[in-house]
Formats: sequence, structure tokens, C-alpha cells
Amino acid sequence: MYTAADLRKGLKITLDNEPYIITSFDFAKPGKGQALYRTKMKNMITGSTLDRTYRSGDTFEPASLVDRKMQYLYKEDDHYCFMDNDSFEQVHVSETALGDAKNYLIDNLMVDVLLFRDQAIGVDVPNFINLRVTQTDPWVKGDTSGSDSKPATVETGYVLRVPPFIEEGELIVIDTRNGEYSTRVKG
Amino acid sequence: MAEWSLSRRRRALTERGAIFGRIRGFFQEKGYLEVETPFRMPTPAPEPQIDAIPADGWFLQTSPELCMKRLLAAGFERIFQICRCWRHGERGSRHLSEFSMLEWYCAQADYLHLMAETEELIRAAAASPKISYRGLTIDLTPPWERITVAEAFRRYTDLTVERALAAGMFDQLMVELIEPGLGLSKPTFIHDYPASCAALSRLKEGEPGVAERFELYIGGLEIANAFSELTDPEEQRQRFEAAAVERAELGKTVYPPAEKFLAALEHMPESAGIALGLDRLVMVLLDAESIDEVVAFTTEEL
Repeated sequence: MYTAADLRKGLKITLDNEPYIITSFDFAKPGKGQALYRTKMKNMITGSTLDRTYRSGDTFEPASLVDRKMQYLYKEDDHYCFMDNDSFEQVHVSETALGDAKNYLIDNLMVDVLLFRDQAIGVDVPNFINLRVTQTDPWVKGDTSGSDSKPATVETGYVLRVPPFIEEGELIVIDTRNGEYSTRVKG
Repeated sequence: MAEWSLSRRRRALTERGAIFGRIRGFFQEKGYLEVETPFRMPTPAPEPQIDAIPADGWFLQTSPELCMKRLLAAGFERIFQICRCWRHGERGSRHLSEFSMLEWYCAQADYLHLMAETEELIRAAAASPKISYRGLTIDLTPPWERITVAEAFRRYTDLTVERALAAGMFDQLMVELIEPGLGLSKPTFIHDYPASCAALSRLKEGEPGVAERFELYIGGLEIANAFSELTDPEEQRQRFEAAAVERAELGKTVYPPAEKFLAALEHMPESAGIALGLDRLVMVLLDAESIDEVVAFTTEEL
């Protein structure tokens, strides 16, 4: 059981017997008034979205999902294919259902595929993933513009802000919970 | 290697320091005395919806209000403080559980006086008379906009204040429909709150259902809360008791009565006081999307 204080981006809950994922979350509290938990959420089966505001004391059931360790194989059209390495069973997950997880899918990555009544409706990726920088502008030594970050593209095509000293070809660690640069991998 | 989260915030932290400097200069020039009061207190002000963090049997302050009013009662008639406050469970893009508060109190004044002084202060704290915040251009030149709570409910919602309160929808309508419309071209004071929403505020003469309280909004962001202070110890005691009952009903910790504060209230002059969220003021002045961008460390980064 979750309470309103547990709400955060990425949390999966049950609403009207269907699984929903919180896609955006903020805490609000006017003046001396009560705490309000404002969420946007997505139905993990139909993809439809809802805005809901909750209060302290509201409770939620976790989404009743089964997760299975599977390996990412390849992308085909707008579907991504994963395989259970024990049973060799393969499942397809649509790009929409993957959400932000698609930014981190490199070949052979092990993920948790989420099943609802035997249907694959999403994946959970590890909190930290190492990805190689494929494109970023070089750092001009002595740059006094005061810019403290620059865009970089990683091997999955995902673009994020990184510190100016990161160079092409370097391996960086990304925090998949917020999609941000975390640190660089030495070596 | 320097921590990136810190080097990334160099500009914000530098500006923040400059803003704090201008605020202190403003108060010194106006003859206010800078004071410090203890952070750890035997009891916080009993607000129904504000929860204190326990600290070794006492509590971290949720505001320096009680001690500052004891100073006022002792004859310190113009005082300000910049300090840390803590509120349990408050964290979001506009909330930190530990944050910086500016409070100031002025004897022989009411909330209207504080509106004018707030206009002057923020104009002095900002580097220029116009600011850009979240795509808005906001003109800080006084006088700012003023709207009563009753008028705001009429303008932005389908319910009157009375109906919204009865339906338990006051806060939600405020957050979802009213706040986003406040302070978009000039900062806005929303004032004259229902008496039930102001535990330490004086009621308006001739309008007993309304408290002399205002909130300041800039670009939809709540910046400050002010009162004409309640100076009647008996009424204050009854309101504290009502707040304690409300906390008990909500299943929250009930705090011990603030006896020394209530005793001091006997001697407190007519006065007005205001609490201003400094992190949020810096957010607005620097056009920051999240409160995280204007502090050196968030709790999660420790």
C-alpha cells in the first residue's frame, strides 16, 4: 500500500483495476493550507493520460504487475523485442509503452519486462546505465563564456546536458530515474 | 574534480549571495535590527497543516515567529531575521523540507503597511525594475496588484469562498485555478483571508469573518505571507486550542502549548509581521524552474 507521500515520477499504481504509471509529479501547498500531491499519470495498457490531485491520507494499491528478467534484442518498426534467456520466449513492447526507457536500450541490456495479465506493457531499466558519447562539441580551453554544460548525444540517440569536459567516445553514467548525467566512467 | 552540481550552480549561488546582501542593506537603512533566535524549540506554532521535525525531544522551528514576537513584546519594535526553517514532508519543485526564511516585524503597523514595504524590499532586492520569469515579463514598479480572496474565487472559480470552504475545496481551488493567475504582469497581493485560514492574525474591523492576512504571488509562485498580528492573548489561546483539536482529529502530533509566547502577548504592541520564502524569491529573480537550482545542496545531495 502506498500513501500520497510515496507518490513520485515512475511509481506504478492501480486505479479502477488497471495499472497506471505516474509520469509527472509535484507537491503543492498553498499558504498555510493542506498538502496537495499533483500527478499526471498514464494508463499502462491504453496509454491514455489523467491529471489527478491527491491529499495526505489518500492511499493506493501498487500496480499488480509481474516482472520478468529479459534481455533486449532489437528494435523493429515501433516495437522493441526482448527475450527470456531461460525459456527463449520473446515479447514485443511498443515504443509508447516503453516511455523514457527507450533512451537507455543498448543491445543485450538486461531489463525487467512488466507483465499485466500476461501482456507485456512496459519495462524497468536499471537506475544507472553506462552509455558512450557519440557526439558532443569539443571543450575550448579557457572558455570564459561561463557556460557550465553542453549537449551530448549518446549511442542510443538520446541527447542530454553534460559537463563541458566530456569528450566524444567517453563512457558516462546516466541516472535513468531523471535522465540526467551522473558521472563519467574513468578508464 | 569539482562537483558538477555545484559548479553548475555558481551563477545562481553568486546572485543569491548578492540578493541577500541587498536585503540586509534595505533593512539596515530602514532602521530594522537583525536578530537571531534558536532553531530548536520546545514547541512550534500550532498550525493545523504544518508539521515540525522532532529534534532531541524538542522541534526544529517551522518559523521564527514565536520568538520574534516575544522580542516585539519586550520593546524590540523593528526586527528582521534570515534563518533556516524546517517543515516535515514538504518537498517538490517549489518546496524544500529545510529552507531559508526572511521574517520581519514592525510595531504600530498593519498589513497594509507591510504591503508597501514588501514592494520596496523586493524592488531593492532585484537588480532591475522588470524581471523575466517562466516566459513572463513582470514589472516590479509599485504599486502592485491587489485582490481579495473573495474576489479571486469569483474571478477564477465557480464557487464562492464560503462554498469552497464548506466543500473542503479551498486549498485545491487555490492551487489549481487561482494561483496560476496571480502576479503575471505585476506581483499580486491576495488579501483578506477567511478567519478560519489565519491562526495568528487579527480579524478585520467591521468584517469579523475576514482576517487581515495577505499572501504575495509573483508569476503564480507564492512568495510571502503576512498578518496584522493578533495581540489578544485570550483569543490566541482559544485559536491554539482549536488548532490542537484539528491536529488531533487529523491524527497529527499535538504540540505542547506555547505558554511563554502567550504570556508575552499581553505586552505585544499593535504590529504586523511577514514571512517570506527566500529560496522562492531567488527563483523568481533568477528565472529558475526548480528550487533545487538556487541552493547549494538539496537534502537528496547530502
